[in-house]
Amino acid sequence: MSAPFYKLGYFGDEVSLIIAFVLGVGFGFFLERAGFGSAKKLVAQFYLRDLAVFKVMFSAIVTAMLGVTYLAWIGYLDLSLVYLVPTFWTAQLVGGLILGAGFVIGGYCPGTSIASTATGRVDGLVYVAGFAVGTLGYALAWPLVEGLYTAGAIGPTTLPAALGVGRGLIVFGVVVIAVAGFAGATWIERAMAARDAAAAGRLAKGGS
Amino acid sequence: MEPLVSDVPSAPPAEAEGHPGPQPYANPYLAGIGLGLVLLAAFVLVGRGLGASGAFNSTVAWMSSKVAPDYARSNEFLASYLTGEDHPLKAWLVFEVLGVAAGALLSGLLAHRISVSVERGPRISVAGRLALAFLGGAMMAFGAAFARGCTSGQALTGGSLLNLGSWIFMLAVFAGAYAVAWVVRREWR
Repeated sequence: MSAPFYKLGYFGDEVSLIIAFVLGVGFGFFLERAGFGSAKKLVAQFYLRDLAVFKVMFSAIVTAMLGVTYLAWIGYLDLSLVYLVPTFWTAQLVGGLILGAGFVIGGYCPGTSIASTATGRVDGLVYVAGFAVGTLGYALAWPLVEGLYTAGAIGPTTLPAALGVGRGLIVFGVVVIAVAGFAGATWIERAMAARDAAAAGRLAKGGS
Repeated sequence: MEPLVSDVPSAPPAEAEGHPGPQPYANPYLAGIGLGLVLLAAFVLVGRGLGASGAFNSTVAWMSSKVAPDYARSNEFLASYLTGEDHPLKAWLVFEVLGVAAGALLSGLLAHRISVSVERGPRISVAGRLALAFLGGAMMAFGAAFARGCTSGQALTGGSLLNLGSWIFMLAVFAGAYAVAWVVRREWR
């Protein structure tokens, strides 16, 4: 096992912070390339007009998933040393629903709000302020939210472990779902574009 | 005397030479593969994934500890982001998020996509849009806190590690967003 480098002590904390910045540059660069500094581009996902959020997200997940799986399989990467956020399924289910609702209302998620602010979007900056105030509000409300925060505790676990099937099968399944999803997403985009064009045509004929 | 800020914008040289307006966005699959390789590099180099909401939490906890140190230490949520190191710049995710800003700025400059503007649909005022941006941000702070991560730290990172809670979270995010999209359609369409 040769990786992860930091966990195996190949470099210290200060170097890891430089790496954090460099990785962040790559992250921000590709977010902006994809158009995710724009709230209109992001929320178009939820009106089925432009499914780039799904396409980018699942291309990234499949790439990184195949990468870690391969590197672990050849014995290069020790997956047990890669940090896994512990599962609290109830908290994560409710948190996900709130976050999803906030996504379509606010127009960004935390990472994309940084990209939008950096490229001049005022609504991105206001979103950042809202997120900061919300975080403070969450801390102040801690006695009220603590119960849900710790609800559904399972601990660090993966889909293969929870479902009791091999990792390879889940990896294969995710790839199949992603590829089918890409085809489906493009089909939906075309269907909605045709619908919008037809509606615009009716408006032009009927109006005046 | 020349005014410092002119009301009449002078065309930048790039536009005069025939590079008008912003360039189109990248192919989503190529951008996604790029993101995935950055994420993979984080796993290999550092043994952790990318994130964003954690940087906000660290920064807010640090600011709280400056204003009300005793309260910040006694509050379990804030204290968990003050583990011994009381400056946000010592936190890994804060450095990463500073990089996100730099990387997005770089990409935006290269593609002529920097513009001081408000993203909104044709049927909502600027003030209305900004109010909803603030509200959405505040809601997502609660969502990300409950979930222990956001679209970066949970959906992308945990998704590719096949983390059980991350996949539950990811499905819930899409469900929550689609459920509310119709309600706020006047904000965007």
